[in-house]
Amino acid sequence: MKEDIRIDVLIVGGGLIGGPLAVALASAGISVAVVDSENPNLAVDQAFDGRASAIALAPQRALAAIGLWPAIAPSAAAIEQIRVSDGHSPLFLHYDHQAIGDEPFGWIVENRAIRKAIRDRLAELPRVRIFAPARLTSLERQAGGVVAHLADGTRFSAALVVAADGRASPTREGAGIGVTKWAYDQTAIVCTVAHSRSHRNTAHEHFLPAGPFAILPLPGNRSSVVWTEKSHLAPAILKQDDDAFLAELSSRFGDFLGDIAIEGPRFSYPLSLQFANAYSAHRLVLVGDAAHGMHPVAGQGMNMGLRDVAALAEVLVDAKRLGLDLGHGSVLARYARWRRFDNLLMLGLTDALVRLFSNERPALRVARDFGLAAVNRAGPLKRFFMRHAMGLVGELPRLLKGQAL
Amino acid sequence: MASTTTPTTASPEEIARFQAMADAWWDAEGDFKPLHQLNPPRLAFLRDHLAEHFSRDATAPRPFEGLSLLDVGCGGGLLSEPMARLGFAVTAIDAGEKNIGVARLHAEQGGLDIDYRCATPETLDRQFDVVMTMEVIEHVPDADAFLSAVGDRLKPGGAFFGATLNRTPQSFALAIVGAEYILRWLPRGTHDWRKFVRPSEFAAALRRVGIAPKSFEGVRYAPLRERWERCASLEVNYAVYGVRAG
Ligand SMILES: Cc1cc2nc3c(=O)[nH]c(=O)nc-3n(C[C@H](O)[C@H](O)[C@H](O)COP(=O)(O)OP(=O)(O)OC[C@H]3O[C@@H](n4cnc5c(N)ncnc54)[C@H](O)[C@@H]3O)c2cc1C
Repeated sequence: MKEDIRIDVLIVGGGLIGGPLAVALASAGISVAVVDSENPNLAVDQAFDGRASAIALAPQRALAAIGLWPAIAPSAAAIEQIRVSDGHSPLFLHYDHQAIGDEPFGWIVENRAIRKAIRDRLAELPRVRIFAPARLTSLERQAGGVVAHLADGTRFSAALVVAADGRASPTREGAGIGVTKWAYDQTAIVCTVAHSRSHRNTAHEHFLPAGPFAILPLPGNRSSVVWTEKSHLAPAILKQDDDAFLAELSSRFGDFLGDIAIEGPRFSYPLSLQFANAYSAHRLVLVGDAAHGMHPVAGQGMNMGLRDVAALAEVLVDAKRLGLDLGHGSVLARYARWRRFDNLLMLGLTDALVRLFSNERPALRVARDFGLAAVNRAGPLKRFFMRHAMGLVGELPRLLKGQAL
Repeated sequence: MASTTTPTTASPEEIARFQAMADAWWDAEGDFKPLHQLNPPRLAFLRDHLAEHFSRDATAPRPFEGLSLLDVGCGGGLLSEPMARLGFAVTAIDAGEKNIGVARLHAEQGGLDIDYRCATPETLDRQFDVVMTMEVIEHVPDADAFLSAVGDRLKPGGAFFGATLNRTPQSFALAIVGAEYILRWLPRGTHDWRKFVRPSEFAAALRRVGIAPKSFEGVRYAPLRERWERCASLEVNYAVYGVRAG
């Protein structure tokens, strides 16, 4: 099949960020091709990705504005309360969504539900072509456009290529854009838990000595657990049989949700912080984890990626409606300027949080106990924190305000 | 009348000056950065009036399909290319041969079909639905003769667009002292302030050639956002939309 495909934008990686970007662009009149190395019909299986994601209010509005939310909503649990506690300290932070309005902080959704919504929506849109499982065998960013090939000879010509191919981003590497990164010596163990009592739509974050332990409410009497462990201890925990693993989990989870049982497989992710040294190069931009990877402590990785999507889609749609070259440096610079600072701020915040709470020095303990309590008392400061984590601070792209492109 | 050897509406010094810079036309960070920055508000002005003039939906993929446009003084094609992408059948002329060479090459690389010619308006014989001449009038020796030649290329009822620098202390400060000397955005000597045109003069000149000016709009630089934005004030740089009687 030797086909010559001319599109506006070529997206490498059709995952949790590349997928919504393709949907946003195609529904606003920009033609796209998506190339992903995974089979989208296998990617919707729980065995492929057993994680759940916290989706904050503003990114949820963006998903609604591009028509993805209706298919996701039945699998989403609203977060109405957040409880943050620090190890064995009696002090904790309590966030109630009613402090800032009627809307929840966000929603917890299983990644497979998001992947399924993306796959089904992409299949409906006439301006998208999906190539998966497939890999590019060549990618040339020439003066007048991008030219790329698949192994079967399929040829793409586009004005712009978007790297949405995750942390290891071969597209970013191929362009010679370096990253700054450090590992946390922590591994996230992820699983789904069924429990006998209702979670009352409350998300919990316990800062344990090894790292944060999060319990995130799913629809029904189920929760998703993100259990951070020292990297050298994680393999032994993951290898345990079901009973031993459950016992180990229960000692951290507690009994406040009644009896618990583990549903489906366990997953593990080594944790690191990483940011790309540039967000754009000649006819190339980076979005999502290809541009920034952070610790899941604040559940912000995908949220920041969706903010990238909202900004990039707006920049490109505005440019398209002015007849501008979508790959021109002046267009890409606007996106990079818009997103870099916001992402660095969030990377810095999550990094500070991880360092502050993954440390057993007594002086730090006192400081952070005091800090948590102080933040709890300071109404305006707490409201600002909440609004920022919800994605409501800064110059917002139209999609994050829930408006159409 | 048609003259191929000595175009009457572009002075040789002016042409030579721009030719020296032609290769840099398309570099977003190069000498023409201010023109690239000026493009979005300019194009928005053009697009919005064109959509209204021709009753087209400006958010459609190629809203101006089926209409013809002449770009007079197209330079490297900074505005010709967007107009072609918006659906116009574009003819673009410039008196500088190197400009046309650069523009032609660039359009070809981008897969755009634009009829580029090294010519002046009085040498053309057909008429267009739209004629535009942006940031050109301040560079021609005889503005009236130039506008008359440009106006002749416009179909009756067609849309005219022009843009230039106003002759005010602000434009002197910004365009010459600021852009040329302090920021070094443009090579020194690019502009002659005495040739800048006041909106009232532009309007009167248009009326003399049978074009009714309908709307003026300015641009201003927003330093914090690092971009030019549309504004009502015409103090520095402005664009005009007009309609040829018919
Ligand atoms: C334990 C854990 C919990 C998390 N919890 C949250 C949370 O609660 N909330 C939140 O907002 N974020 C969370 N995140 C972060 C979030 O999962 C990521 O930010 C998000 O998945 C990034 O999406 P992406 O599309 O950029 O990258 P990826 O999800 O990595 O997708 C990359 C895509 O590119 C494809 N690809 C890779 N290489 C190639 C290639 N060579 N050719 C073609 N295609 C290729 C892959 O198949 C994949 O589809 C969590 C992360 C972890 C590890």
